Order: sequence, then structure tokens, then C-alpha cells
Amino acid sequence: MTQSNRLNQGGRIDRSRRLSFTFNGQQYMGFAGDTLASALLANGVDIVNRSFKYSRPRGITAAGPEEPNAIVQLGASEAAQVPNVRATQQALYDGLVARGTNGWPNVQRDVMSWVGKLGGGFMPPGFYYKTFMAPASMWMTYEKFIRKGAGLGRAPTEADPDIYDHFNQHCDVLVIGAGPAGLAAALSAARAGARVILCDEQEEMGGSLLDSREAIDGAPASAWAEQVVSELAGLANVTLLPRTTANGYHDHNFVTLHERRTEHLADTAAGAGREGEVRARLHRVRAGRVVLASGSHERPLVYANNDVPGNLVAGAISVYIRRYGVVPGQRLVLSTNNDHAYRAALDWQEAGREVVAVVDSRAKPDGDLVKQARDAGIRVITGSAVMEATGSQRVSGAKVVAIDTERFVVTGKVETLECDTIASSGGYSPVVHLASHTGKRPQWRDDLLGFVPGEFKGMHVAGGAHGVYALGEALADGAGVGAEAARAAGFKEAAAIAVPDVAVRHESPISALYQVPHEKPPLRAPKQFVDLQNDVTAAAVELATREGFESIEHVKRYTALGFGTDQGKLGNINGMAIAARCLNRSIPEVGTTVFRPNYTPVSFGAIVGRHCRELFDPERYTALHQWHVENGAEFEDVGQWKRPWYFPQKRRAGGQERLETMHEAVARECLAVRRGVGILDASTLGKIDIQGPDAREFLGRVYTNKWAKLAPGRVRYGLMCKDDGMLMDDGTTSCLAENHFLMTTTTGGAAGVLEWLELWHQTEWPELQVYFNSVTDHWATMTVTGPDARKLMSEVTDIDLDREQFKFMDWKEGKVAGVPARVFRISFTGELAFEINVQANYAMHVWKALFAHGEKYDLTPYGTETMHVLRAEKGLIIAGQDTDGSVTPEDLGMHWAVGYDKPFSWIGQRALTRPDTAREDRKQLVGLKPKDPKVVLEEGAQIVLDPEQKIPMTMMGHVTSSYYSPVLESGFALAVLKGGRNRMGETVYLPMSDGSVHQAEVVSTVFIDPKGERQNV
Amino acid sequence: MQRYSGFSLVKHALSHHENWQRHWRNPTPKKRYDVIIVGGGGHGLATAYYLAKEFGVTNVAVVEKGWLGGGNTARNTTIVRSNYLWDEAAQLYNHSLDLWKGLSQDLNYNVMFSQRGVLNLAHTLQDMRDVQRRVNANRLNGIDSEVVTPEQIKEIEPALDTSKRARYPIMGASWQKSAGVARHDAVAWGFARGADALGVDLLQNTEVTGFKIRDGQIHGVHTNRGDIEAQTVGCVAAGNSGVLAKMAGIKLPLESHPLQALVSEPLKPILNTVTMSNHVHGYVSQSDKGDLVIGAGIDGYLGYGQRGSYPTIEHTLQAIVEMFPMFSRVRMNRQWGGIVDTCPDACPILSKTQVKGLYFNCGWGTGGFKATPGSGHVFAASLAKGEMHPIAAPFSIDRFHTGALIDEHGAAGVAH
Repeated sequence: MTQSNRLNQGGRIDRSRRLSFTFNGQQYMGFAGDTLASALLANGVDIVNRSFKYSRPRGITAAGPEEPNAIVQLGASEAAQVPNVRATQQALYDGLVARGTNGWPNVQRDVMSWVGKLGGGFMPPGFYYKTFMAPASMWMTYEKFIRKGAGLGRAPTEADPDIYDHFNQHCDVLVIGAGPAGLAAALSAARAGARVILCDEQEEMGGSLLDSREAIDGAPASAWAEQVVSELAGLANVTLLPRTTANGYHDHNFVTLHERRTEHLADTAAGAGREGEVRARLHRVRAGRVVLASGSHERPLVYANNDVPGNLVAGAISVYIRRYGVVPGQRLVLSTNNDHAYRAALDWQEAGREVVAVVDSRAKPDGDLVKQARDAGIRVITGSAVMEATGSQRVSGAKVVAIDTERFVVTGKVETLECDTIASSGGYSPVVHLASHTGKRPQWRDDLLGFVPGEFKGMHVAGGAHGVYALGEALADGAGVGAEAARAAGFKEAAAIAVPDVAVRHESPISALYQVPHEKPPLRAPKQFVDLQNDVTAAAVELATREGFESIEHVKRYTALGFGTDQGKLGNINGMAIAARCLNRSIPEVGTTVFRPNYTPVSFGAIVGRHCRELFDPERYTALHQWHVENGAEFEDVGQWKRPWYFPQKRRAGGQERLETMHEAVARECLAVRRGVGILDASTLGKIDIQGPDAREFLGRVYTNKWAKLAPGRVRYGLMCKDDGMLMDDGTTSCLAENHFLMTTTTGGAAGVLEWLELWHQTEWPELQVYFNSVTDHWATMTVTGPDARKLMSEVTDIDLDREQFKFMDWKEGKVAGVPARVFRISFTGELAFEINVQANYAMHVWKALFAHGEKYDLTPYGTETMHVLRAEKGLIIAGQDTDGSVTPEDLGMHWAVGYDKPFSWIGQRALTRPDTAREDRKQLVGLKPKDPKVVLEEGAQIVLDPEQKIPMTMMGHVTSSYYSPVLESGFALAVLKGGRNRMGETVYLPMSDGSVHQAEVVSTVFIDPKGERQNV
Repeated sequence: MQRYSGFSLVKHALSHHENWQRHWRNPTPKKRYDVIIVGGGGHGLATAYYLAKEFGVTNVAVVEKGWLGGGNTARNTTIVRSNYLWDEAAQLYNHSLDLWKGLSQDLNYNVMFSQRGVLNLAHTLQDMRDVQRRVNANRLNGIDSEVVTPEQIKEIEPALDTSKRARYPIMGASWQKSAGVARHDAVAWGFARGADALGVDLLQNTEVTGFKIRDGQIHGVHTNRGDIEAQTVGCVAAGNSGVLAKMAGIKLPLESHPLQALVSEPLKPILNTVTMSNHVHGYVSQSDKGDLVIGAGIDGYLGYGQRGSYPTIEHTLQAIVEMFPMFSRVRMNRQWGGIVDTCPDACPILSKTQVKGLYFNCGWGTGGFKATPGSGHVFAASLAKGEMHPIAAPFSIDRFHTGALIDEHGAAGVAH
């Protein structure tokens, strides 16, 4: 196809670089510098999509982020798919592949359009709330079809080949928008020495200067823009960010900018020859001051069939002609209520195409542009508006009629003008979105017929963003505001740049017009679209208000007005104006809905940054990790740690070699510990070094038990409760010296416990002199345990291991394998045990030395699963497994670890005396022995007393830990059970999901060595 | 009340939809009502509806400072489920789920309750224990939960990455098939329309500025539109409950936090169900309009601003892209925030107070939407009878004195 709408000259495109692209399967050519939208218009493509609800054909309407229709699916390969890209914001690149998001079999001949045509009448706003209710069972089927019809583009089904980055940036002045006001503001601030970031969402900085008819200092406005950008680019204190959208404005001048790095070049960074580079960057900017120079969006008028391809916003006409050398039609009718829009007619005519008429709603417009149009021979029809567009696949004419805007009626005879393009302008809406993110409501200005940003500390507004539209005024405003922002940021000498010379134009004032009255009553007229993307019509807004939806939020939610990916950039003010008319209120009385980040959609990847895939969450390894890997360990995730779960060994059976199952490995490991000696890497246990004169006092307050008399060299087990009296964490704490303790915590609880200690210290007891330091990673911990533990240890240490010299719950300093070590005689297995702590970087040496000496004792490494079995056989709890935030120390049978008579009340003490926590029949920790020894109860199985009862059953407790014990040759479990300690010997039942019911006897929690003799040999 | 049906749509289409009635009146406040409900969100409107419909109390006013359903009802992520761990909470949420099942028909308003199921993923051995425990408890409480394997999960939700690649590979999940999502605004409107038709006065833009309390008994409320009398007042004001309680001299154990959520642009159907992960920390479903509806945790600080901090959004999307790597190029459309009133035990307060006739229904934290009909129903019963409904009784304020807490942090884990 030829570029039939492309002018032979003009525009900011590079005609020497031809780019080939594919749209809806058809190949086209465009030029470097095109957007996808301008290239489609150049090629005469009218229909780019089908609408959401009625499947009406839709064309390109605007030229920027406000475009509601031209939503395309981008990407040549599956992994590179991007849904819902606006063609008006997508730079053209060679090989670009895009298609419309709706329409089957294609957007030209769409089957669904018949549904829209025939069924449209039955689909008023909220119709789905009024139907699809019978029969109730059919809703899921109805919903399937509703879902299929909804949605725009599709998600890729493969992982993203691209990567993304985050930048943290600081600046004195952040200028958002590089149009006339933004450029002037940036230059004023930059020349004063302020660190300036200037961002702009477009491919090229300059904003409206790039399609302006006006001259600055006697040269084209675009030349001034180029000159300023070039000066700014040369300043070291300025960061220019083109293709960068300010998308969120948060508290304390925190602004998120999204910079697109490769999307203008190819589908992926690799495709653009930028392998390894990022597709997009998120700049998290803390700005001293923000200058909001985000300009304005032109509002289209709301008239019948205003969605037929060929209906455009007036300003977009000028953009396509002047920036891209594209005239999107042959014969233009312009409908306007203001002078500025006349540019479109003048540009159109100068491009050599016919302007059929300008239809102006004002009675006597006499501005300079109006005169210019009249002088150029353009017919100007006053006091009138385009009431309706004709045509289905493309505009074929405009029905023009005289109107009375006050009474909202047509007053004359309809004249139909033949044309293929209708441009409309209902005035301008300052882009207040970002300012609204801060929570500040925008303010209505009657003189502007638009909302301007509310005041926000640290924010300055310049140019069109607060209704200063005339070029000369916008430049002056920007220059002044930029200097003001710099002064506020501490650059006291900052002064406004000299404002260049721009001819002042006389403008006749705008007059309010949003919806054009129609011959027919509002609900009977052909569809007058307010929000094109969501197919929201003026009738829908009117109907919503009739049905009692009077708050603008209700109107929005009932009709879906402004719910689209454009967040109502074109439609919102028109919708509010229509609601106001129907409710007989003013627009400010109706008010606005709240704009939220993002200003324009942002790919998830850009927000995620590097925090994905292997960097989603760090993996923590102990100093011995490599040994575990080499020795075939299976790993378990505990918090961020990778812990050896079990060490399956190779077995030979029937001439075949295979790995042990977990069950086999754990049985072997358990028996090794009970009969010989085993070793566990316990380095992941949390370790907190606690020092200070009040360390002992502090421990007494955070633990339930007493710490006043723990002597240096001794170790004590402690329980920690939350303030509700429920167990939070447990572990041993050793007295290293009078004012120096080493606390251990559970692996998963380490960070939380440290935070807890700091919280209480900093907020409740700041007078205590005590200091906490996490030393988890500094020390490696190896537990040597089993009847042969002393024999093995004696070969590698100079510490006196004699039973009387080195008692249970003592710790000693000495050397292990020649390395300084702390050795603790504590046991989590019920066997004789030594916990060796050495500096982490010595750990591998010590570990290997232990294995060298341990060979004759068949030293067996074991993992967390065996650790769990061994401790459970002894009735030792794991906080977080046997407890769940609803278990008190008393529930665990640990009365001995609660010091009710401590002088200072400790955390949880008061809560433990409340009636419910003091009840006798609370759930208590017990042992369960399945009647069938082969049964290993399911962890989490619920306990009932009567398995025959009806659902809902009365549940008495549940299994917290359950394993097979190779020593007992039976399954066994720990459980919490209501009044459990008084139920010893009773039979309880566990109904399972497969219908079976297990039986178990309530027994003591200690299954092995009830007197605790084995750990004290 | 004008009945809604497919037939009514056709009929009204013939008259160009010019004859639809209002959803609700815009009445002038009367001087006196039997019951005043403070707060016109989903829970308050449901309370008023059930008061009128089930308990014959029709002289009721709902006093709302803004627009109906404008608080958390308008800001949540629409998930409905009942797979709570503890008996008390399971009863409450399952009562609600039972009401959800016939709600569209009961209200003659399609709330689009879509029973597409909810997956709660497990990524560690402890997660699996918790899933098994919860499923076992749910089952014996009559809730349709089951444990599913990674293979079954892949079948339920193919978009989910169930491979070993993940940082925390999925080990299993609990699956409640009867759970799902609903159209949040429609729930408020349906209850409002139903209540209005039964005679309830819905007073929008009416802000309570104080309570009339004499001799320990409530006598009404002061509002910006004058005093309104009633001997029974139920406060259902979510994030602003603490503020109201203070006016009555009552201190509630509540903290109000911002809770954020976000949506992608609308996509063609890609998700079949609701997927939640406490461990990776995020959840997602897809609305009928096509948006991915995403959330995670509350913002750590307290506040009443209906917006939150950006790092929360970053963390949330990190979790989503970790679970669904294919969503990396999908684009986020908008984020927003609500104010959630959280209790120390992650369970609500439905309770009498020290002021006779003054009741509170609050503290729903991140999980209030799913409870809307159930909460309204048991609260209405309590207001009508002057005694807390048996399902509501365990949620008394007294539990913070006695210690009989119902700790649902596990089941409430990731905010929903």
C-alpha cells in the first residue's frame, strides 16, 4: 500500500529511513520518526480496533496518551507480546508487528458488531446487574461469555526475555514535561545551578512547540525547543530523560519516572542490538521541588456517532500534519467552542486539503485565528455545532445545527455537510492527574472551564497545567516558576530567563460546550460517546443519574466512565459536565473522581526491577554448604536458608544402585545418633550477642523464666512470649561474662526476635543499658551428638570433657581441631551432645577434621528431618510448628520455665493471668501413639472424641508433629489437645479426608528416656 | 421495587430506558428511628437490609458521611472464601458464604458472585503442615477445602509457575472450590436498593459528629444535618471505627492501616481462579472486565489516607511476577488504597459496648468484603434482639480482657 495521506514534505520524520511494519497481518511502510498511529494514518488505515461493548469500528482519535481507541497488541514473538499499547505512543521501528485487540475475524468485518448493533439497545449501563440471574446455576456459564467478550489485549504466555532496572535519584528541581513551560522552567533552574531532572513522555522533547504555528524570536517554535534542549544537554547539573513518563506523585515529593530504553527500537533489547541492556528503568526520584509542566488535554465534543473513524480531536490534526507530515483525510469539518482549535483548519488547508467548514458554537467569535480562517476563505458557521456524524466505517458527513447551549436544545434546521473527517474541540483540561495523586483535590476554574491542580507543598505548576495556554504567557510562566522552584530549593539567586519574543494573539473567549444537544431527546438520540474506550455514552451517564447514582463516584462505577487504560483523560470532564446537567448542579458541585497512579500504564517488569528470578529473595548458605552439596544432601527452605533436609546415600539392591528414600535415610540417621554419633550443621540458628550492664535485667523481662542467677559458663533454656502471653520463640542463652550473653533463636525467628528486642528496648525501656548484635553469620555451629560424642570430641579438643568438669548446660572455651571454639553441652536430641561454635571461616576445617576422626565411629551427618524426629521423641518443641501463636508456656507443660515471682513484670505475664489463658481445659501439648504402629499420623490432622458425630464436628485439637520412629518401631506424634494432660491413656480419633479414621492413645510427650539419663552420660 | 430481569431489559429498551426507577430514594432524615446504622458501606447496608427483611425492623436509617459503598467496599479485591482455621471464624465466614450463594436472587441484583475457587499456596514444609491443618479443620467444619498437589495446581491454574525454578517452589495448596470473587460495588448497591425498598432511609452526605448518651444508654446521634434519635445504634465504619468509638468514650483495640491494591490493564481471560500465597506474599485474580486484581500486605504505618507507599507496590508485583513470570510485560493500570481497621488477633469485633444500645461491628482488617452478607445478617439479628447472635458472640470486645483471642493471622496472612 502507498502512504496516501503522507505529504511530500514537512514534518519531523526522516523520509530517508523507510521502516516496514505489519498491522493486522498487512504490511505497510512508514518513516523513522513516525509513531505507529501516524504511520497507520499515513497509510489510510481507518479502522484500528473494535470497541469494548458494542464492537463498533474505531479509528485513531488523538495523538498522545489520551488516545482511547488505538489500543494494539504488540510483538512479533510470543515472549515479546505487550498487550494494550497505545499506537499514538509507540514509536515505529522496522519489523514492528501489531494488531487490534478486539474484532473477529478481523477489525474490518467483525462478527461481534452484529451483537452490538442488534443488542446494543438492551445493554444500558449496568445491564449485567439486572440480568443473568436466572437460573442461578447458569451464572458461571454467562460469565464465561462475558469474560471472553471483555478484556483488551492478551498476556504473553512465555517469560519475559527482557530485564529492568531501578535508579534512585535526587535532584533540586524535577521538571515534568518538556513543552514551552517545562523547557523554560528547566532552563531557569538549571542556569541557577540547581540539579535538574527534566522528563518528558514523548520521543522528542518540545511538546506543543513541535506542532506550533507560532514563531519564537522570529524563528519556528520548534527551533527554540531544539536550542534549549541542546543547552540543557550541555549542562552537567541537568539530567534529560526523554521517553520518560512521570507516573506517580507520592508524599514528600517522591515521584516515580518510567524510562523506556528500547521500546522505540525493537520488541526486545536483544532485538535492538542491545543485548544485556535494560528495556525500561524506574527512576525513584526524591525532588526538592517539583515543577508540574504537564500541559493540557484537549476535550472532544460529545455528539452523535462521534466514534466513527474519522472523528478526531482538533489538536491531533495539527500534530499529525506538522510533526509527521500526515493529513488523515480529504475534507474536514471542525466543530469548536474556542479559537485555538482553528489551527487544525488552517493547517489542513495549508496541507492542500479541503476545509468544508468551521462550526463554532459561539455567536460572534472574532479572535485572530478566526479572522485568519475567514481571510483564508474558510466558511465559518457560528452559533452551531456538529450534532451528528454520518457514516459507519468512516465519516461521510457532518450534521450541523444551530444550538442554544443554555437551554440545551437545537434551534435551527439541520444542514448536512459532506466530509470524511470531523475534528472537534470543547476546550482544554489541564493535566492534573499527578497533582491529584498526592490526595489534593483539583480546583475548578470557571474562566478556564477546567480543573487546575490543588496546592501541594513542594509543588509548583507552570503553563498549560494550570491553564496558562498562550505561548508567550506559558514561556514567561515557566521561566518564572522554574526560578521560583530553584529559589525554594536553596538557590537564592535564581532568576527567570529572559522570555523570548512571541507575538500576542487576540483570542475570543471560550464558551462552555460539552455535549451537543440533538434533535432527539438524549436517551433516544444515536449514541453520543463520552468515554470511547469503555463505550460509555451521554445517555448512560444520564440514565445513571436518573437511577439515583448522584455521586460522581457512583456514576463512574455504574457506567465505567474513566475506568479504561486512559483513566478518562478525554472523557472525564465531559462526563462530569453531563452528570452536572442531569443533576442540575454545577461541575465543581459534582466534583471529580480521584486520579491514581499510574498516569499511563507501566509494565510490571519495570516496577519489579531486578527483584525477580534468582534475585527475588536471596538464598542463605552456611559455611558448610558446599560439603552438603558434595555429599548429596536434599535441602529444605527455612526462612531464606537452605538447610540440609537429609543425606540420602546410595544403596545396592538386586544389583541395582539407587538412592535411599527420605524414610530410609532418616531411619539410618536417627539410629546413628541413638547408637553411635551423628553431626548436624546447626549454623542457621539465630545468634544474638547481648551486652551491657543491664543485659541480665533485660533478659529477665523478655524471657518468661529467671536470669538473675545464671553464672558465667552456664547455659539456660528460655521461653519468649508475645504480650498476649503466647509463645513466640525459644532457645538457649549462655552467660559469657557478667554483662555478656549469647542468645540463640529459631532459624526462622532470628530477625523477628532481634527486631522484638530492639522494639522493647527502644520504645519501652530505653533507660536500660543493653546492646544487641546479630552474630548468626559470624559463628558456625556443629552439633556432635550420640553415645560416642565424647570419644570423638576428646580426639579433637583440649577442653576437659569429663562429665563432672563439663556438666550438662555448661559451656566452655577452648580449641577444637586447633581452632578457638565455644563448646556448649546442650542437647536437642536427648543424647549426649556438644555444640561446637567456631568462627564461620574455620568451619569447613573443623567439620572435615571431625569427619577424619569420626570415621572409626561411623560419624553420620544428619539433616533437619532427623533432627525433628529425635527432638520429638524427647517431647522437645519447635516454636512455630508445635506452637502457632495461641499456645502458652503452661499449655506446653513448661510451668517450670515461668517465673511468676520475678520482681519486674515480663512480657506476657499480665496476659497469662487472664481468665481464658488460665483455664484448665486449654489445648495442651501431649503425645499421641497411633493404635496401628505402622500409621504415621498426618501433621495437621484434627482430633475428635467421637468420630461418628455429624459435621460440623467438635474438634479437640490437632497433630503438630508426626514421624516414624525407628527406635520405637512405630509412628508417634505430638499434638495439642483440649484438657490433654487429664486425658492420658484415652483413645482419640482422627478422621481423614479419604474417609478413614485413625485411632491413637494419648501419652506423655516424652517417648524415649523419660528420666533424661542419656544426655547426661 | 421494580423487578430486574432479562425481560425487563427488553421492555425498557422499547421505551429507550426512560422509565427505570431510582435504585434508592434520597430521603430527608426523620427525627427518630428504631435503629440507626452508622456507616453506609457493604456491612452497614447489609445490616439494614437484613434488619428490615429478616427481623421486621424497617424504621431504620443508614447514616453515611460520603457516598454509599464508598469506603473499603469500593476498594477491596473482591475475594470471597471461608477457609478460616478456627471454628469461630470458620462459622462466621461460612455463614457468609452460604448467603453469598443466593445473594443475587435474594436481592434481585446480580452481584456476579463467581465461584471460581481459591488456591492458597504452600512453599515450605511448614506451609504444607499449615495447609493440611487448615484443610482438615475446614472439612470437619463443613467447608469444601482440599489439599492439592503441584500437578493438580497446574491443571487448575496453568499460568502459574509450578516448576522447580522458583525461589520457593510450590509444594501444594489448599483449594476451596466454592470460593471466588464478586462485583464489589454491586454488593453495596444491591443491599442499598433492597433496604430502601423495604423502607430503610439511606442518608448520604450525612456525617455523625457525636453520640447522644444519657445514663449509659444511647439516645441517638448528632450529625451535620441535625440530631437523629434512636435507642439502638450500630456502628459499622471500618477504618473510622476508632474515631467513632472515641466520640462515645470507648477505646477499641484497633489500628487503622493503609491497604493498597492494584490492577493491570484489561486482558483477555488468562486466570481461572484466585491464587494467594502467604509465603511469596501476593495474590491475584482476574476481574470479569479483564483486569488482573492484585494485592498483598498492609502498609506498616498507621494512617487514614486512602493511599500508601510505593515500596509495597514494588514488593507486591515482585511476588506476582515470581509466581507468574509471564506477567512481566503486562502493564499496571492503577493502584489505590483503603483504610483497614485491624485487631490484634486478625478477627473482627461484633459486640455490645459499655453504652447500652450502642453496638460496634468493626476490625475486619483485610478480610471484610467476603463477610459482608454474613456480618450484616448476624449483626442485624443482634441489634433486633438486643443479644449477640451465637455466631457473633465469640467476637465480643470482652475477648481482649479474657484472653479468648481467635488468632487468624495464618488464615488472614496475605491481605485479601
